[in-house]
Amino acid sequence: MKKETSHIILKTEQLSIGYKTKKVETAISSNINFELQRGQLIGLVGANGIGKSTLIRTLIKVQPPLSGSVLLNNKDLRITSNLELAKQLSIVLTEPLTSKNLSVFELVALGRHPYTNWIGNLSTEDVKIVNESMKLVNISELKDKKCYELSDGQLQKVMIARALAQDTDVIVLDEPTTHLDMYHKAYILKLLQKLSTETGKTILFSSHEIDLAIQLCDAMIVMTKNSIICDQPCNLITKGVFESLFPKDLIAFDNATGSFRVT
Amino acid sequence: MNNQKTYQLQFILLIVVLLLCFFVNISLGSISIPTKSIFGSLFGTIENNTHQIIITDFRLPKAITAILVGSGLGISGLLMQTLFRNPLAGPFVLGISSGASLGVALVILGSGLFGGLFATALISKWSIVVAASLGSFLVLLAVLAVSSKVRDTMAILIIGLMFGSITAAVVSVLSYFSSAEQLQQYIFWGFGSLSNLSWNELLIFFGIYALGIVLSIASIKGLNSLLLGDNYAKSLGLNLKQSRLIIILATSLIAGTVTAFAGPIAFIGLAIPHLTRQIFKTSNHKVLLPAVFLFGAIVMLICDSIAQIPGSDYTLPINAITALVGAPVVIWLLVRQRKMMF
Repeated sequence: MKKETSHIILKTEQLSIGYKTKKVETAISSNINFELQRGQLIGLVGANGIGKSTLIRTLIKVQPPLSGSVLLNNKDLRITSNLELAKQLSIVLTEPLTSKNLSVFELVALGRHPYTNWIGNLSTEDVKIVNESMKLVNISELKDKKCYELSDGQLQKVMIARALAQDTDVIVLDEPTTHLDMYHKAYILKLLQKLSTETGKTILFSSHEIDLAIQLCDAMIVMTKNSIICDQPCNLITKGVFESLFPKDLIAFDNATGSFRVT
Repeated sequence: MNNQKTYQLQFILLIVVLLLCFFVNISLGSISIPTKSIFGSLFGTIENNTHQIIITDFRLPKAITAILVGSGLGISGLLMQTLFRNPLAGPFVLGISSGASLGVALVILGSGLFGGLFATALISKWSIVVAASLGSFLVLLAVLAVSSKVRDTMAILIIGLMFGSITAAVVSVLSYFSSAEQLQQYIFWGFGSLSNLSWNELLIFFGIYALGIVLSIASIKGLNSLLLGDNYAKSLGLNLKQSRLIIILATSLIAGTVTAFAGPIAFIGLAIPHLTRQIFKTSNHKVLLPAVFLFGAIVMLICDSIAQIPGSDYTLPINAITALVGAPVVIWLLVRQRKMMF
């Protein structure tokens, strides 16, 4: 039992997420309880507007929870400082970069910021980690390219390398497969799977690629209007969770193939 | 193996150009002074007393002012463009020059309106410097108060522009009630001027400027992570609120003193960072900050040399020259590269 808990990296307890203005509190989803283990690849799926992004924003401390708590390495996010958090959790977001006038190396090297000195000088150790991160995602040959010269797929890989260089236990990605073609969607998710097994990092991503996620993930978090369930994909299929994901008038989940079919 | 590109050659070249411009700037003026005397007075081997005085009391302070003004405005422009994620931002977007203008307008133009209180201080240079500093400082306080409430950096940008509009309105009301003489004095201040700074004034100028530069250098790491966007910067461990405050403070200190001592000098702050990015082809602030410093100083020295119209007694308003010389250069660069670097 004790061994079990020591593998838990990220955990939510009675978490309630949403937005708070001075007068009103709009809860988007509440009673969220899940535990993510070390080295797992976890897919977060749900219909548009169900609160995937809000959940992600809460998990990475961009917005505070309405109630309940998020525990990272057994410590509440609320009492984790930005710098502490930066050494434990890195992110890949959908928001565009402010500047693409950086070389790939420079951008990946920004991931070392939590460890570098006041002016951001890279030690030989930092340079080594940056190079290794680029090698892990196969972008070493892009090293000297400028970010504005890259395709969407390449840029996504660069952002993943940057998150790797940050050397954290957890990487959280918000819809890493949007804007990518079918091949690159599979490529990126397959890459995430490889990274989670090879580096032992816990990788959580939100996605609309449910069938790909079912095939690749160790666990999935399924968000529906009434509940949030976290389990292994095969268990989720047996429980029939995916059927309740969308309205049934257009598409239906096929248990045999693990994918959605137009009815 | 070192993967970090160093720009040693470029920097050495720029420093050489800067020294050259500095020397040319000192040797030009209404009175021609032989090269030998210039070196003589610079290094303390006096030959001609008049020349010595012209160099050490007039031309040298002016050249140093040009360096401080050019580099200062360039750096504060760079900070603002990164902080506001906006290539159109300059050191004056926060309303710093508006505040300074308002202060100066109140002293020069308002003296007629408010009577005796200001009348005695009217001509004094210090009263203008104090008014400009006070004006930009008050606007800065307002902006800081707003920025701690408003989380969106774009909103701060717009608020800065609004301050500008309010100032312009107040200035036109004041002008309406002012005499021609007062108006002329105000307009002359608006032309900007690098000359007439004594060594004492220069020392104060340099002190505040240096403080701003130190804060800017301390912000380099934060500025680089801001290149990814606010959320990424935060995820890299940056204390957003504090960094934003330091960056705004640095800009205000630098742009505020520059405006107080040299008047509202346009264009340099907006253009120099772009010029530097085009030439160095990077947004890395560790490279950009020193490069902008050098470029700003060089461009300002060149503009000042042109403004004196070598060989004549006239001095053109520096504010006109910066734009006349600088704008075509930036247009040419943008057209040639067909792409804006940011």
